[in-house]
Amino acid sequence: MAKVFIYPATSLILSDLVARFGHKPLGAALGIRERIQTAGVDSPPLQITPEEPKRGLKYAAVEVPSGVRGRMAIYGPLIEEAEAAIIVTDADLAFGCMGCARTDELILFSLRQSGIPILELKYPANEEEGVQFVAAIKKFLDGLENGGET
Amino acid sequence: MMAEYSPDYVGTVTRYVFVESPSMTPGELALRAYEASEGVLIKETCFGLQVTGEPESVDRLIEEIRTFDPAHIFVKDRGSPPGDPRRCRANLGGARPGYLGHEREFRILRYITRGLEELDRRGEEAGVPEPTPPVSEKKPLLDIKRLQELIETEES
Repeated sequence: MAKVFIYPATSLILSDLVARFGHKPLGAALGIRERIQTAGVDSPPLQITPEEPKRGLKYAAVEVPSGVRGRMAIYGPLIEEAEAAIIVTDADLAFGCMGCARTDELILFSLRQSGIPILELKYPANEEEGVQFVAAIKKFLDGLENGGET
Repeated sequence: MMAEYSPDYVGTVTRYVFVESPSMTPGELALRAYEASEGVLIKETCFGLQVTGEPESVDRLIEEIRTFDPAHIFVKDRGSPPGDPRRCRANLGGARPGYLGHEREFRILRYITRGLEELDRRGEEAGVPEPTPPVSEKKPLLDIKRLQELIETEES
């Protein structure tokens, strides 16, 4: 079972397909869950505390906006943990403010730099593309049987 | 103002179960899931369920739920527990954050279902053509005249 980072990190389809084909999807929910379930001094209603931008310094320079560093504190450890990644390049649901948009760019850059096997594809727009989409993901995941090594 | 934060449901996992099926409604899914729940907390929603409990129990239940209608039931992790005041629609007065993303992907689920059924039907040996790899295209820049029009429309 390999740990597969999914982008968009909140994707239902990618999360389901990765788990369905026997691997562990690494998405935003895991990082958020860890923060929500950790007791401590917090400032509800936020899950991101002032500590996060400091932790994000590992992934982005100090002059990068704290919004990006705070988000990278969630995604960075997941990317480090990932043994493979699946990226949907035309995900119009992965949009947002500059913090989200720049974090997304940094996530994609970090994934491509990390050297792990990556599958890039587009969301299907018809049934035939749906068959190709699922087949491509299955083939990619089947090749990861040895913990993500290809 | 910093305040002490005591989390609920520590050590549990929460998963969303989406059902997009011609033969099963979220209500029916919930009834069948309750029968197999064995202590896992189940919340029925408009699109399916949220299940919360110990990781092993949730895994077992999800495995069981998937067998009801394998190509039409989709599962993903959720970070927040059910009814979390920071996420619950009841406290926010509108769609929960993340709902719109689900709505967007929900429209594509029928293609995924088709893919799963077709792959199951064709079996392992059947070759499926690879999807064409996405080409990164540069988005066209906004035309200056179009920008002027937009500004004028906004001002009037």
